[in-house]
Parts: sequence; C-alpha cells; structure tokens
Amino acid sequence: MGLLNRLDDPYEGGGIVLGKIEELLNWGRSKSDWYLHFGLACCAIEFMAMNASHFDFMRFGTIPRTSPRQADFIMVTGTVTFKMAERIKILYEQMAEPKYVISVGSCSNSGGPYWEHGYHVLKGVDRIIPVDVYIPGCPPRPEAFEEGMMKLQEKINKQAIFNKRKLLGTE
Amino acid sequence: MLPGEIFTKLKNDFGDAIIELNESPNSDPWILVGADQLFDIFHTLRDADEFQFDYLMSLSGTDLGENLGVVYHLYSMTHRHKLVVKVEVPKGNPVVPTVERLWRTADWHEREAYDLIGVRFEGHQNLIRILLPYDWEGHPLQKDYVTPDSYHGMKIS
Ligand code: SF4
Repeated sequence: MGLLNRLDDPYEGGGIVLGKIEELLNWGRSKSDWYLHFGLACCAIEFMAMNASHFDFMRFGTIPRTSPRQADFIMVTGTVTFKMAERIKILYEQMAEPKYVISVGSCSNSGGPYWEHGYHVLKGVDRIIPVDVYIPGCPPRPEAFEEGMMKLQEKINKQAIFNKRKLLGTE
Repeated sequence: MLPGEIFTKLKNDFGDAIIELNESPNSDPWILVGADQLFDIFHTLRDADEFQFDYLMSLSGTDLGENLGVVYHLYSMTHRHKLVVKVEVPKGNPVVPTVERLWRTADWHEREAYDLIGVRFEGHQNLIRILLPYDWEGHPLQKDYVTPDSYHGMKIS
C-alpha cells in the first residue's frame, strides 16, 4: 500500500492510494476500533487515567460504546466474578464479527490475587471467551494499555478479511 | 452515657435477656444479649430518651465455630455515645429477629450477613442474596464452607 503523490502536498492531482483491498480495509479497521468496556474493579480506575487527556486513549481511534452491537472489541478490566462472567459471555455473543477481546490485569488474565482462594472469581476470562491480547500488571500502567492497543492493531492489520485466523502474506 | 451505665439500665428493664458486659481493654466494650427479646431491646435503645441510638453504623455477621454471631454498632447523634451489641445463635438454627424496621440501613446489611454467613433474619421483608448469584449454594464465609468444583459449568479453582 502506498501514496502515489508527494507527502508535502497530498491532494495534488487528486491523490491516489494504491493497495490491496484487504490491506486498505484493515487499515481502516485497525484505526477505528470501538470498544465495549467492562470496568469490573481497580484496573478500571487505571483505565480512567488512560482515557483522560494525559494519555488520551482516543488517539488510537477508540470510542467507548454502550452496546455490544456497535463494538469491535471488549476491554475486560478487572475481577471477573461468576455472576459477571455469564453476562460477559452473553454480551460477547451479541457482538458482530470480527470481534476481539483485550484482557487487562492479573485478575482477568488468571484470577490475580483471587487465584487460590477466590470462591467467586473466574480464574481468567479466557475460560469463557477467546482473548486476543493480554495486558499484564496489577494494575497495568497506562503505557501498558498503549502497548496492548498497538498489539491489537498489529493483529488486525495482519488478518485476512474472510478468514480471521489466516494471516496476510502467508499461505 | 457509658456502656456500663447502659448495661445497668437495660438489665433493669430486660433482666436475663441482657447476658453480659465485656469491658476488655483490647476492644470497644460490648454487651451480649439474647436473641429472643432482641427487637424490644433495640426498640428501647433507639427510642428511649436517655439512649436515642438513631444511627446503626454497621451490622455484621461472624462465624464463631459452634455459634453464629451478629454484631451491631450503634451511635447516637443526639448524645454522641456509642454502643456495641452482640448476639449469638446456634449454627443449626441461626435465627435472629430483624431490626430492619428500626433502622432502614439494616435492610442491605442483613441481606449481606445472610448471604455470606447464613444468619436468617426473621421478619425481614426481602431476605434474598445481595452479592452472590441467587442460585448459589451455601454461605461462603462460614469457616467450614467447602468451595464447590464448578458454577454453571465454569470451573472454580
Ligand atoms: S489485577 Fe489488580 S488492579 Fe487489576 S482488578 Fe485485579 S486486583 Fe485490581
């Protein structure tokens, strides 16, 4: 994919972008990811810092949605209790393909502090829905959120459109 | 008013229902009462002029091994005095009269104590679980609680 004109004057002569259709679509998809946010515990507080102007999560093209039908990915930030786990699964199933999941923090990665004695905590959200990116930490720093978001964009950029599991550039 | 004076006054009114006063230096002094006349005792504590405990600061359940206990922390905005009241009931039949009609805040506190410890508050208008899912079995903060293997097909440990 490339721009067929000079970068200092992009619209000279109309401006043409050449590329494969998959790459063009992925370019758009990865830069406008809307998310459904599950703020379940303390990690969500860190996510608030991430959303505020200092770190500005929206520059990745993300917009928080309140409906799973408008969301591209789920952000699970915090402790997933069994009561919540069932609701997460229902909402995940309501999302349209292609859909992604980012799991934030030790709790939603593996149960975290509740790993051994938490009678009410699901030991990792990947036990009920498939997770694309894990962000470690208790809670992760906003820089880790940024890294995780970039990893997700990287992943989307590589995907073939009609087959989510196939990578572009491989046979 | 000091807990000792409150104890003496209550003892005059209720006799054997007021079991003991514990003034150990390591904790706030507390009064142990019997479950039978609990509602009347608290009614007096809330409404009698010399007590006026208009604020229930906290209501918590405890597992004492043989018995289950409930601890009430009271405060009076008027007289600025505090009182800790405890009640104990056998684990086999843990029934305590509700004080939800005296202090509205007891509503959710009692539901929590029921949910996690298993004390049943007789007369409560809506005694259902508040934190755990409605179909959860057992009361997990009891000492002899055994964690089940799974919940709705999700493995617990
Ligand atoms: S991983 Fe740590 S910070 Fe995040 S929700 Fe769990 S306990 Fe809280």
